[in-house]
Amino acid sequence: MKHNRITVVALATFAIASISNPTHAQTSVEPLRIEIRQGVITPVPLAIPAFIAESPQVGEHAQNIRDVVVADLTGTGLFRELPKEAHISTVDSFNGPFNFLNWKAINAEGLIVGAVGDNGDGRVTVKYRLFDVFSEAAMGNGIQFIADADDWRRIGHKIADSIYSEITGEKPYFDTSVAFISESGPKSNRVKRLAIMDHDGANLEYLTGGKEIVLAPRFSPDGGRLIYTSYETGVPRVQVLDLKTRQHSAIIESAGMTFAPRFSPDGSKVLMSITLEGNTDIYEVEISTRRARRLTRSVAIDTAPSYSPDGKWIVFESDRSLKPQIYVMRNGGGEPRRISFGQGRYGTPVWSPSGDYIAFTKQNDGRFHVGVMRADGSSERILSSSFLDEGPTWAPNGRVLMFFRETPGSEGGPVMISVDVYGRNLRRVPTPGFASDPAWSPLRK
Amino acid sequence: MRARTIAGVLLASVLLAGCTNNDLFGLAGNTAKSANSGGIDQSALPNYEQDSPEYFAYQVGDRVFFLVDQSTITEEASATLRQQAEWLNANSDYTITVEGHADEQGTREYNLALGARRAAAVKDFLVGVGIATHRISTVTYGKERPVAACSDESCWSQNRRSVTLINSELTG
Repeated sequence: MKHNRITVVALATFAIASISNPTHAQTSVEPLRIEIRQGVITPVPLAIPAFIAESPQVGEHAQNIRDVVVADLTGTGLFRELPKEAHISTVDSFNGPFNFLNWKAINAEGLIVGAVGDNGDGRVTVKYRLFDVFSEAAMGNGIQFIADADDWRRIGHKIADSIYSEITGEKPYFDTSVAFISESGPKSNRVKRLAIMDHDGANLEYLTGGKEIVLAPRFSPDGGRLIYTSYETGVPRVQVLDLKTRQHSAIIESAGMTFAPRFSPDGSKVLMSITLEGNTDIYEVEISTRRARRLTRSVAIDTAPSYSPDGKWIVFESDRSLKPQIYVMRNGGGEPRRISFGQGRYGTPVWSPSGDYIAFTKQNDGRFHVGVMRADGSSERILSSSFLDEGPTWAPNGRVLMFFRETPGSEGGPVMISVDVYGRNLRRVPTPGFASDPAWSPLRK
Repeated sequence: MRARTIAGVLLASVLLAGCTNNDLFGLAGNTAKSANSGGIDQSALPNYEQDSPEYFAYQVGDRVFFLVDQSTITEEASATLRQQAEWLNANSDYTITVEGHADEQGTREYNLALGARRAAAVKDFLVGVGIATHRISTVTYGKERPVAACSDESCWSQNRRSVTLINSELTG
């Protein structure tokens, strides 16, 4: 896998050359802004004319990068693209002038202008600007990316990230990967392979061969390592894999079985379940010393631990009150406090990167749901429902989740699904076959 | 630990053949096939040597079943486990691996822990009736390896199980 550097440069502010409507009342115009909160969101219409290729060599890249930007933005459900056929104006120069009247006339609220230049050394310079059509004003200064031409997908994601943040005020999440388990073969003897791809399904790569069962990968906070459970030794053991070297090793030599790992926010420790004599408790393992500290001491099943973003709290799943429920405890001691009190069973709690929610799997009345609640257990909100929905993971901005949905029966199998934190825009994540246990990466550097 | 036993392989192939075929023994080999096409073949059950892992798997019974969410050894299960212990006492060269499994109703990680609990319950029972603890290792598969693929209780009840696998002999 390549790790080419993408240089980012903010464009200098320059006067917008525009053909303006002099009678236009600027004061009555709402700024182009979407607040992501509960309720129905009408997708904002965007005009995204063809990116300008500054030389014929980069024509294909200009088109490809634009397509990535369009797919990312419209994929959120917050934006829709005005089809090219509806355009009554074109953009022929990155510096304008832009005929805002003609974009207003087709009800475009945002205009995205992009250009791709050939640096002649295998690299391209890609720049974009975003305009609020109604106020005829640029939003932000625009950004210029200098990168290897082969990294055109990532450039597209970065442009979309920048536009998304500019309009929503939220942190971005498009320039990310998803690690997951690719599944094939009959239900009784599934072949499971660790795999990684871009968040939109591009650049799929397999990281294990499928000989042993592998489960539930999770990213390190820097995105450079994956931690997962493997049956390579015959029993479930937590492994850590370096994505650059592709080398993997056991995180701890334990007499027991180890699973359900999760990195600490600083990447130096790992929470996991260790099973000894049939009893499963939660331990925190320091990676450098391989020393394990036991955090729970119950005869119950304690598993699926996850840190709060500041590392001070741990949320986990336990059946100490008979049915599995979600508990929160201080990292370092203190009695766990149960936070889930609704109908049914709760599991797989994951703290949101922004800290405002805990996502979970809920099982009730023969169906599975993915939902979110506040860290004190309040404001529970169910986002999905099916025969089997399980295992939420957060986009790095804490506004979108992914989980897997398995269909029943002998021909059934899992697919991955994304949904926003309010339950909107539920859609399938493209994978070539069955896929489960998604883990969303941090934003790439 | 890693190498699967003959019994395991045999069993796997039997199970792979599908839960619709009830004639498990007929699939296991050495039945004389009729030369006639069509009709119903009939033959005696294969005779396994009493001290063979196959005998353990098919005659003694290598698996016991659990109630939903439970790891309690039922009366029926304890009868099977007592027979397992009897066989293991008579064939003291063998070590065993007890697999714990769960049905698909439950999250992956919880089911791993539940499978471990079931395997440990079986181990505890066998130790309690006299099998040396060092002869028994355990592993959980959670919901990763169902034997029955349908999504209702008829299959789930078969999947909530432990399977006792005979490992290679200890000494010659």
